[in-house]
Amino acid sequence: MVTLEVKGLRTSFFTSSGVLPALVDVDLSVDAGETLAVVGESGSGKSLTALSLMRLITDPPGRIVGGQVLLEGIDLLALPEKEMRAVRGNRMSMIFQEPMTCLNPVITIGDQIAEALLMHRPISRRAARARALEMLDRVRIPDPHRRLDDYPHQLSGGMRQRVMIAMAIALEPRVLIADEPTTALDVSIQSQILELLSTLQKEERMAMIFITHDLGVVAEIADRVMVMYSGRTVEQAPVETIFDDPRHPYTQGLLGSIPDPLRRRQRLSEIPGTVPLLNGRPSGCSFGPRCSLVSDLCRVQVPPLITIRGVHVVACVHSNHRADLL
Amino acid sequence: MAKQNDFYRRFSRNWSGLVGLVFLILLTAVALAADKLYPGSPLQMVGQPMIWPFSDAAFPLGTDRLGRDLAAQLAHGARISLMIGLSATVFALLLGLLVGSLAGYFRGWVDSIVMRFCDLVATVPPFLLALVIVAVLGPSTLKVALAIGVSSWPPIARIVRAECLALREREFVLAAVTAGMSDLRIVLTQVLPNAMTPVIVMSSILVASAILNESSLAFLGFTDPNTVSWGIVIGNGKSELRTAWYIVMLPGFVILLTVLALNQVNDALNDALNPQLKDR
Repeated sequence: MVTLEVKGLRTSFFTSSGVLPALVDVDLSVDAGETLAVVGESGSGKSLTALSLMRLITDPPGRIVGGQVLLEGIDLLALPEKEMRAVRGNRMSMIFQEPMTCLNPVITIGDQIAEALLMHRPISRRAARARALEMLDRVRIPDPHRRLDDYPHQLSGGMRQRVMIAMAIALEPRVLIADEPTTALDVSIQSQILELLSTLQKEERMAMIFITHDLGVVAEIADRVMVMYSGRTVEQAPVETIFDDPRHPYTQGLLGSIPDPLRRRQRLSEIPGTVPLLNGRPSGCSFGPRCSLVSDLCRVQVPPLITIRGVHVVACVHSNHRADLL
Repeated sequence: MAKQNDFYRRFSRNWSGLVGLVFLILLTAVALAADKLYPGSPLQMVGQPMIWPFSDAAFPLGTDRLGRDLAAQLAHGARISLMIGLSATVFALLLGLLVGSLAGYFRGWVDSIVMRFCDLVATVPPFLLALVIVAVLGPSTLKVALAIGVSSWPPIARIVRAECLALREREFVLAAVTAGMSDLRIVLTQVLPNAMTPVIVMSSILVASAILNESSLAFLGFTDPNTVSWGIVIGNGKSELRTAWYIVMLPGFVILLTVLALNQVNDALNDALNPQLKDR
């Protein structure tokens, strides 16, 4: 059984100007010990997917209107809220982009980790504290004894993200969702955190969903990549395939906009335009207006996800067009 | 630890707050030791009536028109006055925190209903409300404290609500939800600890105003006549105001000092707890 399988996930916003479908038929799966990177520009629905998986869409206006989220075979969308609460942080946990604001400023980090443990496990406060210490050591915070009673403001950004990771994995979750966990950190810290995450993930055999817009990070950490655009999955493939043989023009565009450090004074290609607003999505393929290959067929019909060579799926009618990347 | 040291350092930089704190500590000590210092009931006749202060070594603060020792009355009165001040504040805090966090955290219709109720209470002048409650329930120390507490919670509720409204949008609350915390647990362990700074500052003011309110109630005779509080001493002395003004003056002066001390402590707390004012 796949650890986490999402089928046809749909999330919509119910506003006074009508129903706005924000996520449309998102499919994904991650297995234990595997990392799926979810890639896309701002507004493509990456974070919304993460929040939908955790069932944390604010209602109103948002609501999950269809699909299944199967965690080890159990549909999370069908669980009552109380049981869902027992899943959150316990079997499926999440780390966020801003380690500065995600920790409670008036509680010591030791107590915050212990609190997370006490919530889901029938253990004593003392045992929770001992476990918190152990976790700080596992995320390689130097001198954990001394740090246990520190407040978040006494730690650096990288350290705080380590604390967040410690909290997220303290309960040995099956799935870890990381929502741009390195975006707010500087580059040298970034790679340390990435390395830590992938080490811990391999040790714990967690399934990891890694949300990012940084393709360099994807290359470093992912096993498979899902590219999202305008609330839909547009391409999904193993990481090498995405970099070597992207078939969706959007993926090709994303890859084309990475600077190559070996070429100086290179003109970066960009994707013209921006992600369409929720209430202004074009008919047919929503990437159409920004696509150089757009044809009449694209304007009428939403291209279905088609499988090319087993594990590589893409939603584009022009998927035979190979990009000339370099 | 560093944070606490920082707090003490900033608090003690404010010398008037420090003086206020020392005064309050001494006052509490006197109140606690009242039975040792002045054994027996302070309402017993112990000497000649109307002895002026500083004229008889046995009664340094003099006696009232029934020959009761004023020093003893003030020491015992400190007990009741401080106790009412503190317990009224506790009542007001409990109500204010409950109402404010409900409204601020859950918003929506809970907020509307609860805050309209709060507005309703706030439209009645607090002192009149307390007066009515005591008149209905009857005067006893506990009921007076309850009445003052019930009439002074709306400002606390408003502050707590405003804090909660801001705090619930903070990411660490989302992180707590993501970690599987229930609403109650989030309010108690995540939101309220962050909302306490203005509440702590506010409560020192509340103690002061509760003491003043108690004195006013006592002056009007709306307290238990078998106890002694500063307000009761003033009330008893009002008929001799023209001949023996010291009977009213002495407890009045003590009340003034206490309220002043509480206000100074409040200022110092505000400075020490508010990081924006750190280097003022």
